[in-house]
Amino acid sequence: MGVTAPVARRPAHTKRASRTGDRIMRGLCAAAGIVVAITLIDLAYQLSHDASPAIDKFGVGFLFHEAWAPNFKIFGAADMIYGTVVSSAIALLIAAPLGVAIAVWLAMIAPRRVSAVVGPLVEMLAAVPSIIYGFWGVIVLAPFIQKIEPGLHSALGWIPLFGAPQTTGISMLAAAIVLTLMILPIQASLCRDLFLTVPPELKEGAEALGSTRWEVIRGIVIPSTLSGVSAATVLALGRALGEAIAVSLVIGDANGIHANLFLPGATLAERIANQFPSPVNPLHTASMFYCGVILLAICLLTSLLARKIAGRFDVERRYARAAMA
Amino acid sequence: MSGVDHTAALGGDTPLFDPTAPLTATGNLRRRMFVSRLVDGSAGIAALVAVALLGIVLYAVVSRGAKALSLEFVFTNPQGLTGGGIFNSLLGSFEVVMIGAVIAAPIGILTGLYLTEFAGRRSRTGRMLTVALDVLQGVPTIVTGLFIFGLLVIPLHQQSGIAGAVALAIVMLPLMARASQEVLLLVPASLREAADSLGVARWRAVLTVIVPAAAGGIITGVILATARAAGETAPMLICNSIFNPNTTQLNPLHGVPNVPMLIYTAYDLAVPDALTRLWGAAFVLLLLILIANVGARLLLARSRAKMGGGA
Amino acid sequence: MTAVDEPIPTRVRIQTETLPTQLPARTREEFEIDAVRQAVFDIRDMSVHYGAKEALTRTTLKIYKNLVTAVIGPSGCGKSTFIRSLNRMNDSIPAFRLSGQVLYHGHDVYGPGVNRVEVRRRIGMVFQKPNPFPKSIYDNVAWAPRNLGLRSHLSERVERALRQAALWDEVKDRLKKSALGLSGGQQQRLCIARAIAVEPDVLLLDEPASALDPVSTAAIEDLILELKSRYTIVIVTHNMQQAARVGDRAAFFSLDLTENVGTLIEYESVETIFRNPHDQRTREYVTGQFG
Repeated sequence: MGVTAPVARRPAHTKRASRTGDRIMRGLCAAAGIVVAITLIDLAYQLSHDASPAIDKFGVGFLFHEAWAPNFKIFGAADMIYGTVVSSAIALLIAAPLGVAIAVWLAMIAPRRVSAVVGPLVEMLAAVPSIIYGFWGVIVLAPFIQKIEPGLHSALGWIPLFGAPQTTGISMLAAAIVLTLMILPIQASLCRDLFLTVPPELKEGAEALGSTRWEVIRGIVIPSTLSGVSAATVLALGRALGEAIAVSLVIGDANGIHANLFLPGATLAERIANQFPSPVNPLHTASMFYCGVILLAICLLTSLLARKIAGRFDVERRYARAAMA
Repeated sequence: MSGVDHTAALGGDTPLFDPTAPLTATGNLRRRMFVSRLVDGSAGIAALVAVALLGIVLYAVVSRGAKALSLEFVFTNPQGLTGGGIFNSLLGSFEVVMIGAVIAAPIGILTGLYLTEFAGRRSRTGRMLTVALDVLQGVPTIVTGLFIFGLLVIPLHQQSGIAGAVALAIVMLPLMARASQEVLLLVPASLREAADSLGVARWRAVLTVIVPAAAGGIITGVILATARAAGETAPMLICNSIFNPNTTQLNPLHGVPNVPMLIYTAYDLAVPDALTRLWGAAFVLLLLILIANVGARLLLARSRAKMGGGA
Repeated sequence: MTAVDEPIPTRVRIQTETLPTQLPARTREEFEIDAVRQAVFDIRDMSVHYGAKEALTRTTLKIYKNLVTAVIGPSGCGKSTFIRSLNRMNDSIPAFRLSGQVLYHGHDVYGPGVNRVEVRRRIGMVFQKPNPFPKSIYDNVAWAPRNLGLRSHLSERVERALRQAALWDEVKDRLKKSALGLSGGQQQRLCIARAIAVEPDVLLLDEPASALDPVSTAAIEDLILELKSRYTIVIVTHNMQQAARVGDRAAFFSLDLTENVGTLIEYESVETIFRNPHDQRTREYVTGQFG
C-alpha cells in the first residue's frame, strides 16, 4: 500500500500485451524451426518416393550390381559407390594432413600479420564455386595429367593404381585431385579455427617448461582439439562425397570398376548430374533417384558421425562459416 | 648436455645441467630444435602450396576470362554460340538467387533466433533442430535438386526459376541459420540482462536491442550465403536448366537463364570460341563472389567493432 | 646476532598493526651479500616498452642464489612485466621491447644466439591462474621431462616432484585421472610440481596464490620455504604479509606518478623493507597508506 510503486511494476494490460508479444515471437521462431524439420523430412520422403520404382525393382542388390545400361533397363550402383569411395578417400588422404599442416602454420607459426592475410585467402578458396574447379580441371588439369601419365606409369607402374596411360586425362585421378582442392580450404580453415580456441594460458604454461613450438603443438594444441579436428575431417569427407558438378566434368562418367586411376569412372553424385537431364526411360530416372537416396544416406551418416565425435566443439557451426567463406 | 647422467639428480645435489653454461641449444635440445624447425618449414610449405593452388586456379580464370570482359559482355545477350554477352544469365541468376534468399533469410534468421533466445542449451527441441540443420547442411546440392524436382518440377510439368530458387533456398537455409545463431550468441549477456532488469518484454528486447546489435553479422551471413548460392550449379542443372539461352526471360514459372548453367552447357558445345564466353562468365561470377566476400568481411568487422565497443 | 625484538628506531613511525606481529626467526647478520651469495640474475638498466609506451623503466638489481626475492608493489606497476622478462615470456607480446641487460649467470638472456627454449628450461615459471594441461595428473608432470629426454626413472621423478609440491598424498591414488578434476589449490600445486619436475635453476612465481583460498595459500607459502634450499625463487605478490613471510629480499616497484611508468623504488632485505625502509614511498606502501 505504498505511495510509490516499484519501478519494474507495469500496468496489467501491458503485461498481457508483452506476454502475447512474447508468444507471437516465440511462435514465429518455432514455426521457422518447424519449416526446417519439415523440409528435411519431406526431402527424405520425396526422394524415396521418386526412387520407389527402382527400389521396388532392384532392392538392396542395386548397391552391389555392377552394370548400368539404361537402354536395357539394367541399373546397378556398385561402380558409382566404388568411384565415390575411391575419389573421396584419395582426396581426404591428401587434404586432411595437408589441411592440418596449413592450419598449424596459420594458427601457431606464421607471424600475426602474415596469418591475417593468408588466412582469409585460404578461406576464400572455399568460396570458389565448384563449377570453376570443374572447368579448371577439364581445361588445365586433365591435359596435365595426360602428359604425366606415361611418366607416372613407368615410375610407379608396379602399383595397380598407376596402370596403363590413357588418351585423355579425364580420369579418377583428375576427380580425386579436384576434390582435394575443394575440401582443402574447408579443412584448413576449420582446423585453424579450432587451434585458435586453445587458451593462451595453456600454451604459455607449456612454453614456460622449456618446450619447443612443435612440442607445444604436438603435446597440447592438437590433443586438446583432436575431437574437433576429427569432426572437421569427417565434414570435409562429406563434402567430397556429395560433390557432383566438378567431378562430372573430369571423371568421364564411365562404367566399370578399375584399380587404374588413369581410367575414367563414375560417382553417385556425378552420374546424376550427367544423366538426369536426359533420361532414357522412367526406370532410368527412378534409378538415379535411388542413387540420390544412397547419397543422402551416406551424407546423413557423415553429418551425424561428425556431430557425435565433435565433442564440445560446435564444428558444424564453424563449418557453415567456412563453407560460405 | 653431454656427459650428464640423467638418472642422477633424483634428490641428488648435482643439477641436471650446468646453469652457468651459455644459453645455447646443446645436446638433446639441438635435436628438438631441429625437429621443431622442420615442422615450421613443412607447415609453411603446406601453406605455400595452398596459396599456390589458389593462385593457379585464379590465374586460369582471370587470364582466360579477362579478355572476354567488357561492358558489352556484361550488358548484352548472347548471339549465337560465340557472340554477345551474358546479360540474360546475369539477370536471371540475380532473380533466382534473390527469390531464394527472400525465402531462406526470414526462416534462417528466425531459426537462429529460436536457437539462441527460446531454446536453451539443454532443451530437446533446440538439439533436435540443430541436428536437423546439420543434416540439412550436409545434404549434397544435387540431392536437394532432386528433391525439388520431385516436389515442384514434376507437378508443374516443367523446370522453372522458382524451382531453382526454392532449391537454392534450401541450400542457403542452414548457412543463414547457423550464421545468425553465431552472431546472436556473440551479443553480450549483459545486454539481455539489462533489458530484463528494466522490465522490458522479451519480444521487445529481441526486436529493439538484440537483433540490432547482431544485425551486421546477420546481414553478413545472408550476403555470404547468397553469394555461395549464386555459384551453385547442381540445383540449376536439375530444376532450372531448360530455357532459351539467347533471350532475357524473367518469368520464374518457366526456366530462367542463369550463369552456372551458361558455363556448364557452354562447355558441351566444344567450340573453342564459346569457351571464351565461358571463361568470361566464370570470371564475372568469381568477381561477384569475391566482392560479396570482401564486402561482407568489412561489414562484419565494422559490426564487431561496434558491438565490442558499444556494450 | 641481534634479537628479534630489538626496539624499532623511534625516528620511523610504522603502524605495527599492519606488520606481521613477528617476523620469522632468521639469521640477522648484516652480511656483505655479494661476497657471500652468488648472483643468479644481474639486471642492469632494464627498461621495457610495449610499442611507444614504456612499462618499466631503468631497473637495476641482482637476484641471489637460493634466496626468495619478493617483488611487491601496487597493481599495474610492472611487477608481472618484470618477472616475465626474466625468462623471455614477454616475447610473444606484440611490440615488446627490452633495453638494458638481463644477465643470467653472466649471460645476457636477450643476447644474440640465445635459445629461448633453453632459457625457459633453466628458468621455470608458475602463473597466477593455475593452468593444468587437459591430461592426467601423471602426464601433466611427466610431459616436460619426457620432452627433455628424462625418461628413465620417470615415475620416480613424477612422484618426487609431487611430494616436493606437497601434493603426492592427495593424488597418489588417482594419477591417471584428469588434472582438471582437482581443486584450485591442488591444481596450482600441480603446476608447481610440473615446474620442478624438470629441476630448473630458478623458479619464477607470478602471484601463485592470489587466485586461491587461504588454506591453499598457506600450503603454497610453506612449499616455497622448503623449495628455497633447492631453487632460486622470485615471487611476485601483492600480499605484503606473504612477502614478509616467505621472502628474504624484497623489491618494491611503484608507478612513477609523473611518467606513469613502473619503477623500482627500493630493493633491500625484507626486514629493511618492512621495518626500516629508506624511501618514503616504500614506507607509505608497506604501512598501507596507499596502493
